[in-house]
Amino acid sequence: MGKTFKFTLISLIIIIAFLMSSCGQATPQTIKIGVNAPLTGDIPKVGEGSKYAAEMWLEEVNGAGGLEIGGKKYQVELVIEDNESKAESAVAANTKMITQDEVLIIIGPQASKQAVPAGQVANDNSTPMISPWSTNPNTTLDRPWVFRACFLDDFQGPAVANFVTDEFGFTKAAVLYDIASDYPKGLAEFFKSAWEGLHGAGSVVAYESFTTKDTDFSAQLTKIRESGAEFLFTPQYYNEVALIAQQAHQLGFDSPIMGSDSWGSAELVPLCGEDCYGQFFTTHYAAAGATGATKAFIDAYTEKHGYVPDDVAALTWDAFNLAKQAMQDCGTITGDIAADRTCVKDALSKVTGFEGITGTMTFTPGSGDPSKCAVIVKINDKGEFTFYKQSCP
Amino acid sequence: MDTFLQNVVNALQWGSFYALIALGYSMVYGVLMLFNFAHGDIFMVGSYIGFFIATGLISLSALGIISLPGWAILVLTILLAMLLTSFVGVLVERIGYRPLRDAPRASAAITGLMIGIILETGNLYLLGASRRKFPEIIETNIFKLGNVSLTNTKIFIVIISLLIMIALHQFIQHTKWGMAIRAMAYDFVVVPLMGVPVNAIAALTFGLGSALAAAAGVFYGMAYPVLDPYMGIEYGWKSFVAAILGGRGSVIGTVIAGFLMGFLDIFVATYFPSTMRNLISFSIILVILTFRPHGFFGRAYSAQLRL
Repeated sequence: MGKTFKFTLISLIIIIAFLMSSCGQATPQTIKIGVNAPLTGDIPKVGEGSKYAAEMWLEEVNGAGGLEIGGKKYQVELVIEDNESKAESAVAANTKMITQDEVLIIIGPQASKQAVPAGQVANDNSTPMISPWSTNPNTTLDRPWVFRACFLDDFQGPAVANFVTDEFGFTKAAVLYDIASDYPKGLAEFFKSAWEGLHGAGSVVAYESFTTKDTDFSAQLTKIRESGAEFLFTPQYYNEVALIAQQAHQLGFDSPIMGSDSWGSAELVPLCGEDCYGQFFTTHYAAAGATGATKAFIDAYTEKHGYVPDDVAALTWDAFNLAKQAMQDCGTITGDIAADRTCVKDALSKVTGFEGITGTMTFTPGSGDPSKCAVIVKINDKGEFTFYKQSCP
Repeated sequence: MDTFLQNVVNALQWGSFYALIALGYSMVYGVLMLFNFAHGDIFMVGSYIGFFIATGLISLSALGIISLPGWAILVLTILLAMLLTSFVGVLVERIGYRPLRDAPRASAAITGLMIGIILETGNLYLLGASRRKFPEIIETNIFKLGNVSLTNTKIFIVIISLLIMIALHQFIQHTKWGMAIRAMAYDFVVVPLMGVPVNAIAALTFGLGSALAAAAGVFYGMAYPVLDPYMGIEYGWKSFVAAILGGRGSVIGTVIAGFLMGFLDIFVATYFPSTMRNLISFSIILVILTFRPHGFFGRAYSAQLRL
């Protein structure tokens, strides 16, 4: 008798639980958005910027009573996963968020090293993903479900080559890059072909590489110094830039050093110090001298976290607003996760004239890449990132 | 020729770190016949301790509470970092290894790995994932000899490292404690039976090794001022290779092997693509070990190996 009673009770509980959970799915009150960010590992500052921007956006949306879609307000919930700045962890994080947490859309990963493999997972599982910061073409290539909020390396490489040619009139370039990482390797190749297109074969007089985690670049920099290069292009992350710039100066290489958007971290100048003053890099936005919505974001972020947001934070903010725009364009959230994901993906590929804080973006169907301008930033003598020039496609 | 000389200078600095760290491995291996795989992380701890001491002393003198010139801060930083890190080393031995003295060697080996991971993740938890910038204790001056660029920090690092190595060699060769260490390396089964206190010698070797790693950590911070919790891993295992290559318990052999490691790293990257750095240097080391299986100065041993 006791056993039967227990069995009945347990069955009842299970049935009730099922009923309740299916009830919840029919009319969703919350929308889940996944964030795949490098909170630990090689580039923790990038992860921190992503997380802070995401949380600020969440506060704003939920503070206004939720995200309004088709006249109905939904609460938004974030699922933040750490990818440890590793490709395999980024893949695992995406898989978990897609299958277990059932997020509607994923924002991240940031660096191409994680975004390229993680994008494959999102595409295979028919889940829209926006990488705010990944500039490698392979992230979105032939992947209708993957988008980005920034320009590409095949635009950034030539932008650097054109700027240096116009600004300094140099003809001999040196490149130092990490051969084991997708982003620097891709960018180094795009720069090299653009530079050789401008100045002929052999105009890149030193093309030196190293591997991730290296801290001593003296052998490569000695070769670069001997090559007679007029400037050095190094599309590396901020922690490596600090070491490269310092060692270059200690070896007597005093020519300009040029970088890419991976330099644009709030941590670059504290680590690099005076060795980085006067150098240039291409990026997505310049905080000094910003106006309008960009300034409002910078002020709010600075007040909350005590430092000026870097481009990762700004692009993450834009990626969230892109997602919001797409959901609103969708018109309705049905609760059927597969249908909602498809709807958001289709809406994203049709976004035109989106006014982001890092510039105006337009997507064309069939490609996950927006058309937008690059900014050339000079690090001034106080270590601030100042707007120098704009370079548009 | 200039390029060659420049790279010799680069390699001397780079090799100093390997040599200093490798000595710690070598001594522990010589005396206790175990690999302290946490040693690379002790180097990291030494570097962070140096970072805190240097930052503290610099801000104290900036506030005018103490007035010390740059060189005095540097000397104090090195000495205090060595002292404090040697306590950490002794603690690691007491907590991690002594209870396992008679356990199978494999257990002691994984203890080392675990302590290493505890030190790394403990640092990550306490200090966060942000990189730390090692402060510039003395102003770096760049000067040129012909076309070879030198800095005062580079010269300082190489010379002080060599002095530390010579001091260690003298200690091991000419003191009673040093003699005990050598005797243990010669036969660690019989020597304790003669009344040599194993626990004291074990603590001494861990302390000395950790102090050397701390010196390497401070020098590393001066030369490559970006610190992160995982910085010790690659140095750890490359120095470990140098320690074995030098020969068990041999100071001179280990120092030579450490500098060889540094020269291989730099010169392979000079004449080949740098991706081939580890490929070529480890192939060379493999060939050397084929002809000298006990390392440069190691003696053959048989019955003692208790793996």
